[in-house]
Amino acid sequence: MKCQKCEKPATFHITDLTGDEGILALHLCPECAKQFLEQPEKKSPSATPTLSGLLSQQLKLGQTAEELAKLDKRECPICGTSFFEFRQSGRLGCPHDYLFFANELEPLIASIHGKIEHIGKRPKRGTQDSELQTELIRLRREMKDAINSEDYELASSLRDKIRRIEQGELQ
Amino acid sequence: MSIEHLTNTCGEWLKGSGPDSDIVMSSRIRLARNLADFPFVRRCTDIDRANIESTVRERLKNSEHLKSLNYINVATLDTLDQQFLVERQLISRELAQGNGARAVAIDEQESLSLMVNEEDHLRIQLMRSGFDIDAAWQMIDQVDDEIEEHITYAFNSKLGYLTACPTNVGTGMRVSVLMHLPALVDTRQIEKVFRALQKINLAVRGLHGEGSQAMGDFYQISNQITLGKSEHELMRQVCDAVPAVISYERKAREFLISQSQHDLFDQVSRAYGTLQTAQKISSEETMHLLSKVRMGVNLGLIGDVEIKTLNKLFICTQPAHLQKMVGSKLDTAHRNRERANYLHAHLKSLKNGDKTDGVN
Repeated sequence: MKCQKCEKPATFHITDLTGDEGILALHLCPECAKQFLEQPEKKSPSATPTLSGLLSQQLKLGQTAEELAKLDKRECPICGTSFFEFRQSGRLGCPHDYLFFANELEPLIASIHGKIEHIGKRPKRGTQDSELQTELIRLRREMKDAINSEDYELASSLRDKIRRIEQGELQ
Repeated sequence: MSIEHLTNTCGEWLKGSGPDSDIVMSSRIRLARNLADFPFVRRCTDIDRANIESTVRERLKNSEHLKSLNYINVATLDTLDQQFLVERQLISRELAQGNGARAVAIDEQESLSLMVNEEDHLRIQLMRSGFDIDAAWQMIDQVDDEIEEHITYAFNSKLGYLTACPTNVGTGMRVSVLMHLPALVDTRQIEKVFRALQKINLAVRGLHGEGSQAMGDFYQISNQITLGKSEHELMRQVCDAVPAVISYERKAREFLISQSQHDLFDQVSRAYGTLQTAQKISSEETMHLLSKVRMGVNLGLIGDVEIKTLNKLFICTQPAHLQKMVGSKLDTAHRNRERANYLHAHLKSLKNGDKTDGVN
């Protein structure tokens, strides 16, 4: 049998089940077979959608441009990260963002992982102090802002407050 | 301790032992963890980063089992040393190229590496030779417990361990198996295998992780999802897929032999010969040829070189490793000559036997 694409003898007999025109039987020489098998998939829908793709897809649902603009401006009171910044970078600013943007994140997390609840390992010590820990993130940021605006009195009182929490935590 | 003494050693995970180590080079688990009282790394000021780094460094000293780790300040290393650690798989490219205070703590066997201030505050990684995920989990679980006694992690009872990127939230765990798949590449079936794996939510990457090219026919297979399944379920998901890929690779090797054992033996022998006799050779060509030889040894076509040696050569012939061993910076042309010398010295044939026939 001759190759269907050239004159050489066909040694490869391929049955393509995935083509658009249904089942396709091909008889090819080694060279043409190689070429055929190497051609990229016409469209290979990625099973692993990107984060930004998911985000934009999800935000299109039921949101007007106005609502989105408003959402973009929302800022985490602890670290100051805006939703816009998250959308741009795909990275959150601090642990509190998960609570502050919970409504927006939940559908996103569900589409990434298929689930929204952790069932794995937990820290043995528990997480009783997480509010104070979060407070530290906010205080340190306020201290930096105070220093930047040269309000050293405020900065030093914030520093004392931070120290008290840090030392309490270490005991 | 310095980087220098690492140039004389070689990671435990390269020893080429462990289950199915002819095809599975290594098994690795990494956990992403964050300190509860700091913003995630991207949002940190330089002072925050320095505080995180010093906090971790100090707290590790209080830990019975972790105080003996070799702690390396990555921020002050020159680029060559950073690249050296990347080639050795002890740090990621992201950590090497990052900003501000950052570090890595590693153990004597180079099984454990604990990166500080990568994308997350802590990236704990454990590597084992061969297909040995369970042992990796036992060890990393203990290390994680130990760190947690000294550091309060960012954790939420519903979402689990909180990470900078929502794709890692929950367990923060990535289980990956590094596989050598030269026959699947050669028979052009590799894409098909990848598509099948993607359909069951597994990711496939090259040797150096995200976005890297598959060098030397090495591929990492890992879990995509991190939330809503337990650590054991996630491990199971990856472990269940690996034997299938191993058997596809074995079948592809059998096919290559059955099709033309002579051609295969010719290819492998030429690759081996080139590595032994070249006067200058690029990193890319070295990887490519080493891959052929590694398969040849595993098929019994070449008998006088150990897998352990080949595994080591994949790492030690990379640019930063060569320069560290020579002890000075080298341009590409120079490196290509040094690489040839190095291969020479390590592949000096005991006796180039006539194994023209007989596969086993």
